[in-house]
Amino acid sequence: MDFQLTEDQRALRDGVRDLLEGRFDRAALRAAVDASERAGTAPLDRELWRELGAAGFFSLTLPEAEGGVGLGLPEAVLAFEEAGRVLLPGPLVATFLAAGDIPGAASGDVMVTSADGSLVAWLDEADVVRGDVSGAVPARSVDPLTPLHRLPAGGSGASGGAFRAGAGALLTAAEQLGSAARTTEMAVQYARERAQFGQLIGAFQAVKHLCAQMLVRAETARAAVYAAAVTGDPLEVCGAKLLADDAAVRNARDCLQVHGGMGFTWEADVHLHLKRAWVRAGAGRSAGDAEEALAAAL
Amino acid sequence: MDLTYTAEEDEFRARLSRWLARTLPELPPPPDPLDWPGRRAYDMGWQRRLYDAGYAGLHWPVDAGGRGATPTQHLIYLEETEKAGAPYVGANFVGLLHAGPTIASEGSAEQRARWLPPVLRGDEVWCQGFSEPDAGSDLASLRTRAWRDGDHYVVSGSKIWTSHAEVADWCELLVRTTPVSESVPKHRGISWLAMPMDAPGITVRPLRTLAGSTEFAEMFLDEVRVPVANRVGDENDGWRVTMVTLSYERGTAFVGEVVACRRVLGELAREASKNGRWDDAVLRRRLGRLSAEFGALWRLTQWNVSESQHTGGVPGVGGSVFKLRYSHARQELYDAAADVLGPGALDLGHPWALDRLSSLSYTIAAGTSQIQQNIVAERILGLPKGR
Repeated sequence: MDFQLTEDQRALRDGVRDLLEGRFDRAALRAAVDASERAGTAPLDRELWRELGAAGFFSLTLPEAEGGVGLGLPEAVLAFEEAGRVLLPGPLVATFLAAGDIPGAASGDVMVTSADGSLVAWLDEADVVRGDVSGAVPARSVDPLTPLHRLPAGGSGASGGAFRAGAGALLTAAEQLGSAARTTEMAVQYARERAQFGQLIGAFQAVKHLCAQMLVRAETARAAVYAAAVTGDPLEVCGAKLLADDAAVRNARDCLQVHGGMGFTWEADVHLHLKRAWVRAGAGRSAGDAEEALAAAL
Repeated sequence: MDLTYTAEEDEFRARLSRWLARTLPELPPPPDPLDWPGRRAYDMGWQRRLYDAGYAGLHWPVDAGGRGATPTQHLIYLEETEKAGAPYVGANFVGLLHAGPTIASEGSAEQRARWLPPVLRGDEVWCQGFSEPDAGSDLASLRTRAWRDGDHYVVSGSKIWTSHAEVADWCELLVRTTPVSESVPKHRGISWLAMPMDAPGITVRPLRTLAGSTEFAEMFLDEVRVPVANRVGDENDGWRVTMVTLSYERGTAFVGEVVACRRVLGELAREASKNGRWDDAVLRRRLGRLSAEFGALWRLTQWNVSESQHTGGVPGVGGSVFKLRYSHARQELYDAAADVLGPGALDLGHPWALDRLSSLSYTIAAGTSQIQQNIVAERILGLPKGR
């Protein structure tokens, strides 16, 4: 047993991080948010999408014979964690899952979304839609960078179990993990710079304890997400998604709290993490269903 | 990332499991929890069996009499012994997990030869004299003084939360050998002594815990004479001596307990199915979430053990993260058990009722959650020290 990242896995993670930091840094994130505000809907950067495709982001787990990179789920999880860190927008998971089935998805030329649960993301922008989306009506999405449609009650348009307890849920959990780790860093950085009452706020126990708990949530979720990627066990995936959702949502809230009044402004990035974490937590099976599945297996 | 075990590790597991299956039925019935001499005899008898079978000090270095097992083998050992229902390390806890490794790492050749074999054989019991009434989680504030008088230290002060003091032969004692001053910060000036528990001037007063048992005691030291030769490490270097070895345990300290918690969770589900509580969806989902929780804690344990294998034992982020999360999860588990049992949870005759009470200590012992959070925030996240 050697449950640590291999050299290759570290290199892959660093490579994806470099690519995303160069191509979708904070300025790009805020520009995308501003553009979304102006247009009334989030635009998708097609060029970036193709660059991701060219870098092998969508074809990481496809066999080399099919033009893929031939890696496994653990590597895909590391890549999606990085996407989660920078809040990369777009139906990344659905397109990834379609690579190999839908021509053009792997290369990033075709953007794929799927109906899962009662919401569909990026319906207007997508080239291909998997699942039944009849009767979908536009919603004003809480997340400025994830346009949403709602499906009529009863019509859950599920695109198959693969997303619900399999790779889709796992990759979504990986994005949540990346966000949870990032908001921890943001809170710590702010607490080390911001002075109040004559000292840095990070010197206050009340603030320290918020930050420490954020790290605990992120690292516990990391162990769960990585292990689920290695075993592929559906129940472990359920557990990993539960813990990663919890870490992303609660860490974003605590990060907001550490930022104080600044945290409640549009200008701080914290709300973007929280809103995306909510959207991802709502994707796939509900927390209650996942808990029931885990309980049934006891 | 590889969660499969090597052929060698599988073979180690199989051999251990066969030995446990053969040996455990031969054990005498466990003693009454309140019978301390009985518990000592039982725990030491188990240690002797481990010694004879070559499993004593599995993770200790070979030159200290141990087996020099890898962290993964130690993990397998703890997992298998818990699964098989083998006795807990019990009265031998401090000797095997704290004092022994400290002496193995920091002691002289004579000290190692004198103190290590009896721990491994199950002949001598150690207790831990670290905490004081004004220095618990803030251990560096300890005040028990030691003066030099020829080739002896003369020790006066008091200790508290001294586990197994009633039946111990030796005490790993932290004392202040240089008073705190402008030039001597509180972490300096502390020395590590091996104190014989039969020395004149030691008074042990058992403390009754809220669970009714006497796991630990208060200890009053009135001019107790301890040979200077019993000091492990340099004078005034006791803090480092202590920290070096204690931190290494954090990866594996709770392996058996995580395995036990996962087993208890399964038992809760079966009990709930029997008594009708399973129909309560809120309770069911709580158990489902706890399953995710303990599953993650088990994976975090494997992560920490693998990491320590790479770093040669230098602790990473994982140990503190684990301690914080696990101590609370354990309390949640036994609160859920109380919900499953209903009024039965108030009957001390049920083992879960006692386990629920003892779980209350987990967020306090070995550094309260609040102190742990300060440690994580300052040492791992790099936040500024508070006043």
